[in-house]
Amino acid sequence: MNPRAIVIGASAGGVQALSQVLPHLPADLAVPVLVVVHIPPRKDNALVDLFARKCQLPVKEAEDKETLAPGTIYFAPPDYHLLVETEATLALSSDETVNHSRPAIDVLFETAADAFGEGLIGIVMTGANQDGARGLMAVCEAGGAAIVQDPASAEVATMPAAALAACPSARIAALGDMAAQLETMLG
Amino acid sequence: MSGSIEDIEIELLLDAIYRKFHYDFRNYARASIKRRLLHAKAKFGFDSISALQSAVLHDETMLPQLLNYLTVQVSEMFRDPSYFRALREKVVPHLRTYPSLKVWVAGCSNGEELYSLAILFAEEGLTERTMFYATDINPAALRAAQAGVYPLDRLRLFTENHQLSGGRSSLSEYYTANYDRAVFDKSLRERTVFSDHSLVTDAAFGEMHLISCRNVLIYFDRDLQDRAVGLFGESLTRGGFLGIGSRESLRFSAHADLFSDFVMEEKIYRRKAR
Repeated sequence: MNPRAIVIGASAGGVQALSQVLPHLPADLAVPVLVVVHIPPRKDNALVDLFARKCQLPVKEAEDKETLAPGTIYFAPPDYHLLVETEATLALSSDETVNHSRPAIDVLFETAADAFGEGLIGIVMTGANQDGARGLMAVCEAGGAAIVQDPASAEVATMPAAALAACPSARIAALGDMAAQLETMLG
Repeated sequence: MSGSIEDIEIELLLDAIYRKFHYDFRNYARASIKRRLLHAKAKFGFDSISALQSAVLHDETMLPQLLNYLTVQVSEMFRDPSYFRALREKVVPHLRTYPSLKVWVAGCSNGEELYSLAILFAEEGLTERTMFYATDINPAALRAAQAGVYPLDRLRLFTENHQLSGGRSSLSEYYTANYDRAVFDKSLRERTVFSDHSLVTDAAFGEMHLISCRNVLIYFDRDLQDRAVGLFGESLTRGGFLGIGSRESLRFSAHADLFSDFVMEEKIYRRKAR
């Protein structure tokens, strides 16, 4: 595969989980990383500041109509869905919640799968709901690669377990191995 | 670029809707439209977007139903309370200096934003001098806005938002509970003109002092955003105010230089005097 983007979804326990992966991504990462974390619909986005301090890569909040840049980590803003357009630009929407969430992991994953096809790596991490399962299935069906945090080691196993059930071919990975695995996949 | 059969079908469907009904979704942000159409296809039980297209063209009851999928009706009263607080504290003092006021809620959907502004204006003693214009492309949404009836279980959120926005009264003064519904007082819309208007295909409205159009531009591609922002520039009186959604921006519009920042963190802009 020739990866063009990485999408990550996390919910309950997600900040801890992401802290074990995102800071280990190398400064010369060749693809953009798009992240949806379920967060309350407040206006400010504390996640961006938090991870900007920890990461080697630039971290920012995703903006509507923005063109994706390699080696940048984008967080979905609170209370908006994050979508990828086919020309690799970003879009936001205030559509209905999906799986009671906005942003929803499924919305990002399904639109990214549509835009990047087999050039997408999708990762589902810890969480207490089913969001991301349909999305990861879309990633697999489009020929992309799927990685799921090992439910046994996840803070909350529900979400990774649901993702695995929807996408049985997904690789199972411990958080500590994910960054290295991504580097290998990116060649 | 993307050549999947579904993408081709979607283009054909949007073209058909435009040619037959003059609703123009062709330049809406495509990823969201595609999700909505696939959702509609599944809900209506069609096997393909082409089958949906055939139904839309041949069955006149289909389009109004499809419009409810193609347009977004999700909002809440006093959504982003800090936006309304900024209107109250920073914009209203300027509005007070005018003997008469025109306010345009563009893309009013089911009316939550309109009633929020009407209540804010009532609290600030501006009702008598204000005309509101509430526009949308979806007739069903306009009817809902005109009715001003919302599920009672949403009122807890609306009330909380209203308080956070600096509300000077109790929201319960403006509605009556009727079983599981909250019916908003018709005095709030006595000075409102509800009208079918498209930011995509229709012309400017005259001499507005405030335009509130939040979370509408994100559904447009860059060209459409450009058009809409130009329309707002034309429709505002010099020194008039424009409020857009918290994650929206004027920066893709060639007309951005018609505006200066007014309350940047709330995305409130002011029409330059030129």
